[in-house]
Amino acid sequence: MRFIFKTRYAQDLQVFKHSGSVFWNGLLAVLLVAAPFVVPDYYRTQLVFIFIYSIVGFGLMLLSGFTGQVSIGHAAFLAIGAYAQAILQGLGWPFFLSAPAAMALGAAAGLLIGLPALRLTGIYLAIATLAFGFVVEEVLARWESVTGGNSGLMVPAPRLVLQPMTDPTAFYFLCLACVVAVALAVFNLLRSPTGRAFIAIRDSEISAQSMGVNLAAYKTLSFALSAAITALAGCLYAHQIRFISPEQFTLLQSIEFLLMIAIGGMGSLHGAVLGAIFVISLPELIGAMKDVMPPGLAQQPGLKPLVFGTIMILVVIYEPMGLYGRWLKIRTYFSLFPLYRRGMFQRQKAYTKSERVH
Amino acid sequence: MTDILQLVVAGVAIGCIYALIALGFVLIYKATEVVNFAQGDLMMLGAFVAFTFASIWGLSFWLAFPLAIATMAAFGAAFDRVVLRPIIGQPQVAAVLVTIAAGFVIRGAASMVPGWGTDTHALKAPFSDQVVRAGGVSVSSDHLAIIGLTAALCVVLYVFFKRTRVGIAMQASSQNQLAAYYMGIPVRRINTLIWSISAGVAAFAAVLLAPITFVHANMGFIGLKAFPAAVLGGFGSIPGAIVGGLIIGLVESFAGFYLPEGFKDVAAYVVVLVVLIVRPSGIFAEQRRKKV
Repeated sequence: MRFIFKTRYAQDLQVFKHSGSVFWNGLLAVLLVAAPFVVPDYYRTQLVFIFIYSIVGFGLMLLSGFTGQVSIGHAAFLAIGAYAQAILQGLGWPFFLSAPAAMALGAAAGLLIGLPALRLTGIYLAIATLAFGFVVEEVLARWESVTGGNSGLMVPAPRLVLQPMTDPTAFYFLCLACVVAVALAVFNLLRSPTGRAFIAIRDSEISAQSMGVNLAAYKTLSFALSAAITALAGCLYAHQIRFISPEQFTLLQSIEFLLMIAIGGMGSLHGAVLGAIFVISLPELIGAMKDVMPPGLAQQPGLKPLVFGTIMILVVIYEPMGLYGRWLKIRTYFSLFPLYRRGMFQRQKAYTKSERVH
Repeated sequence: MTDILQLVVAGVAIGCIYALIALGFVLIYKATEVVNFAQGDLMMLGAFVAFTFASIWGLSFWLAFPLAIATMAAFGAAFDRVVLRPIIGQPQVAAVLVTIAAGFVIRGAASMVPGWGTDTHALKAPFSDQVVRAGGVSVSSDHLAIIGLTAALCVVLYVFFKRTRVGIAMQASSQNQLAAYYMGIPVRRINTLIWSISAGVAAFAAVLLAPITFVHANMGFIGLKAFPAAVLGGFGSIPGAIVGGLIIGLVESFAGFYLPEGFKDVAAYVVVLVVLIVRPSGIFAEQRRKKV
């Protein structure tokens, strides 16, 4: 078992609390930097998708996992980022200008949906974001002069400054840099007063309000930041896919994002990444299992939603803290060995926090 | 004028379907505070069950109809017992995630059942494919049947909730679970019963809808249109769900006729966004602050 003996205040500010954490994160960094030179092209592409989904996960986790505002329309922000990036790059803007512009546009859309969110709670907010998602999808399909409508839009190779980036390894590092930047930014945001205010709002709006948290300002800010981060993921997504059309940004995509962070573990940044890894690798796993399944079952198109849904139900019933919660338990087991007790993570059952007025 | 009347009838008919699905949401939400995102998929399952009875097994329509409702009611009760009861006491978002996931499972499983699959099937009712003419207005018999049967179901449900012992127990339990529990009402069993009624209503809606839209694995997505309907009426209000459904149906019907293509599909969502901005908890909701 490890005890951190604090002798300086600066220790509280460190990103990595102890040498073990430095070692494992360093090892991960080395592996990720080495990966594109070692693994086959196909797995490099999958890693890029994991990065992109992780960024979406961070954005949505900030909003749903830390501010407690459920969104079923995040694919719309992804779409706004992707289309803005495609159009601006088409106009010849370099990445370091077009990506911030796309993020600003995403943030503006986030503000727009955040404004009604000030007065909406729970299910009403979820439906408002759902409605927003549908409206954006329809606008993309109908505004043909700008978005190309249902026939879609080709995306040029990303240009960081002037030269088009044709080397996929370079794009891999661009995505990696974005993930690390977003992760650090969100991590630091969450331990700042702003982040604490978000968490206070999640745990109880009324208590937060009584403690002087301006609900309106912080909820809108959370929406805007979340939308901006998701729009950044959209920028990378557009370049990775090379061809974007409205049917890539449907409600199902939004729901998949929500399930992704829930499976990863609500309320933890690790959970966002674990969820992304899960969502990207699930089709691979199903594909790998198809060889051993009877052929009649393996050919079914309904297999993926069936497996995905079943896993989700099992996670909610047996492991509400998601994959990250499971990992915490395993880690605690080994660090406390042999003193771990089964009831350590037992949650206290509470009366459901009612949204109704009694 | 006849155009407008025909649009009204078509809008009210499709609005009745939305209203029935919204009713399913509202019943469950009022009783258990769970938002059932799988309601549309329950409806899809109900349509397939009815299709199995009527077309594959060859039963008569009037036998298959109640059989499908009974089957789905049993399914709803089992669903509550197996999936939702273990998560009592968890935050609300857990229930949302579980029902979304259950929708995935139902959709995936239905597309794998032999004889159902991903194809589109027809389920004809005896009242289908006729046109009723009255005073220059010609109306499809399907639409009239939907309106009539929905009205009948509403009356039955109204009597059930106002006049029967179980119905009143349900009202009590939805107003305050703890107090109801203290009064000796078996709240958990009531919740299971609510789920089975709600699934039965879904099957009812499915059988009415099937002659118009056919039966296929993705017909559950119509549930997404019923969300705006339920929200419009204020999520916890049963008359609100009916009115909300009718409003959405009428708006869609008129938007499809008078506005350019594409507006029909988003009209429901635009309306709900506007209503939510003006009245954040629906048209019929009580305007009170929550006490701490």
